[in-house]
Amino acid sequence: MAAAGGARGRTSFQRRPGAGPRPPALPGTRPALRRGQLLLSSGLPSLDCVLGGGVAVGTLLLIEEDKYGLYSNLLFKYFLAEGIVCGHELFVASAKEHPDNILKELPAPLLDDSHGKELGNEAAAVKSEDLQDSMKIAWRYQNLPKMEVSPTMHTKFGHYYDISKKMSPELCQSVKFHSFYLHEELPFEPKMKTWNMNSGYARLLQSIQRIISQEGFDGSDPQQKQRNVLRIGIQSLGSILWGDDVCCSDTPEDPQSLTKFLYVLRGLLRKSLSACIITMPAHLIQNKAIMERVTNLSDMVVGLESFIGSERETNPLYKDYHGLVHVHQIPRLNSLICDVSDTKDLAFRLKRKQFTIEWVQDNYLRQERNIYPPGFSYLLKQKDSAWGEGSLQHSTFLMSFLAKAAAFASRLVRHSEPREQTGSGRIRQTAELRMWRHGHRQEAPGLLVISA
Amino acid sequence: MGGRPRAAHAQPLSAAGPSALPAPHGAAMLAELNELLGAAPERPDAGKFTLLRDTQTDGSFLVHHFLSFYLRAGCKVCFVALLQSFSHYNIVAQKLGVNLAAAKEQGQLVFLEGLQSCLDLLFGEEEQPGQPNPLQFLSGSSPDLRALFDFVRVSLSAADSWKGPVLLVDDLSVLLSLGAAPVAVLDFIHYCRVCVCCQLKGNIVVLVHSNEDSEDEENELVVNSLCHHSDLILWAEGLATGFCKDVHGQIKIIKRLSLRQAAEQDVVQIYQYKIQDRNVSFFARGLSAAVL
Repeated sequence: MAAAGGARGRTSFQRRPGAGPRPPALPGTRPALRRGQLLLSSGLPSLDCVLGGGVAVGTLLLIEEDKYGLYSNLLFKYFLAEGIVCGHELFVASAKEHPDNILKELPAPLLDDSHGKELGNEAAAVKSEDLQDSMKIAWRYQNLPKMEVSPTMHTKFGHYYDISKKMSPELCQSVKFHSFYLHEELPFEPKMKTWNMNSGYARLLQSIQRIISQEGFDGSDPQQKQRNVLRIGIQSLGSILWGDDVCCSDTPEDPQSLTKFLYVLRGLLRKSLSACIITMPAHLIQNKAIMERVTNLSDMVVGLESFIGSERETNPLYKDYHGLVHVHQIPRLNSLICDVSDTKDLAFRLKRKQFTIEWVQDNYLRQERNIYPPGFSYLLKQKDSAWGEGSLQHSTFLMSFLAKAAAFASRLVRHSEPREQTGSGRIRQTAELRMWRHGHRQEAPGLLVISA
Repeated sequence: MGGRPRAAHAQPLSAAGPSALPAPHGAAMLAELNELLGAAPERPDAGKFTLLRDTQTDGSFLVHHFLSFYLRAGCKVCFVALLQSFSHYNIVAQKLGVNLAAAKEQGQLVFLEGLQSCLDLLFGEEEQPGQPNPLQFLSGSSPDLRALFDFVRVSLSAADSWKGPVLLVDDLSVLLSLGAAPVAVLDFIHYCRVCVCCQLKGNIVVLVHSNEDSEDEENELVVNSLCHHSDLILWAEGLATGFCKDVHGQIKIIKRLSLRQAAEQDVVQIYQYKIQDRNVSFFARGLSAAVL
């Protein structure tokens, strides 16, 4: 290629004439060229930002449910609603709520053309404020080079939803929908293999595999004209309704069923044009080893911790928020680096119409943790996000701070000398640094003393 | 980031390695890590067992390093990749200057894609009795990992012109998640050591996760006993104080000299690292760009 370019006397990096911005091959997707991936939106643009741009095709997003499953259920529905708006195929599996009912409860999208018509003036004002609020995080993230956010794509990639309204049935029925309701499935045929796995999981895997191969999501049929993406949603995996006892026992009888299921599912996802969201009642799983393994086998793990019933509910620091978001795992695909977002201090809030994930104001958490003394915050703005007191970075930083303070003090003395010169030739001012003694209340690391 | 901290600390780093040869392939592999380990692709070690261990961070960059290192050294490599798909490893290897697909075609690399063979086992047709699936134990017919070991032995014993064979396992912990007993995993590794390290004079590199807080006793058993037998341990740890943009973690390099000669002391070196797009830079503790 380089030789050919040289023969023509120009670099090989030239743009082909007429090669305009090509439309994406699949609706509702966005390529992440740097990592060679195809991204989908999770249905919540602020969550996409946290996950490094979106959910990559072939990956698994695990949501650790909050205590009452209130907010995790919202994320689950956002993911499915986004699939409907983008025209993706859906596969919904549940052991609790019937998939058809889940589909009926999806939130209505806030599409651009319907803004003014459907909403009164007042409501529109509220919404624009909402939108502005929720855009704030996106705006802050835009400075990050990793995010690959292009504003023009926002119209097609990632939508906002109004949770106070339900999606219209016509829109719901516009996409192909497969459901798996454990209690309606046919009794297990003895000739089917269970692979030493919980029978509910085995049946779910077979069902997913059948749809992936029958509907051509595995790319087995290259002649197929219309390719589409399959969005898989699995509700409350691991709960007792699936016939698994990881939630009710510290030493479950069959702890490997869940991890085996996730491994096979990972294999199925990697080989097909699909993405999966799973909610899991992680707070019920007493055995930490299982959660650790589950995390390792998932591509993205996001935990929701709601303030309902906790003492933080009344804490004035958190008055604006309804809970915290913990990002436990982010994908490391096709690259040495993983896209760690700059902050881990994330909280969510449920407004009248929208659910958003926001960056907690830096000082909120810092005040709570009391890592740094108050006077320091201006210096620390750029230096750190999460160094602990007594850590290596912290002490190194303090040392460099003290060195700077010493330089500052000597400048101060030198600078003031000519004015204060008395002619006796003696230095009239001294500056020294004193460290606090042990036991002293440590508001600051030391004291700068200037004596005249 | 760039040159400043590296230039400033070239002294301690090169002093650390026993014979710090200049790395001949600048872009390929993690040249700085080679320097720290005193390794060069011209003369790979023989009969060494290397354990890669990660705690609260992701140590897979070490796997990618060793994969590209041994392929460049011209060794026959059997890569048991349980965690990711082939395309993932291939794309990352390309960034490190190695083409896995070509190596596979030439027979230098034998790639076991765990995710795929798991699907073959569960959804594929009945297999021929002559070629058992390496992940046979999943179906529950036998609890041991004999089929996996046979796969390793057959693929590395084949007579060809490549240099000393290498077994690379990405994430032994996955085997535990798939229901293998810790003893079976340890047996598997022991058989591999006898076969690869002793008989064939090759090397083994294994990645495990470990997290002391997780209360995963099975995993701890495997990790501890592997640590005890390793010639070299590379232990990547997340920073105890949390996420930092300029320091991704800390790596402890433990050279187990005591394993070979009883009188010797283990050599422990600790560095911090930052992962970049195609490279990883190492620096002494507390000397990251953020601090300087």
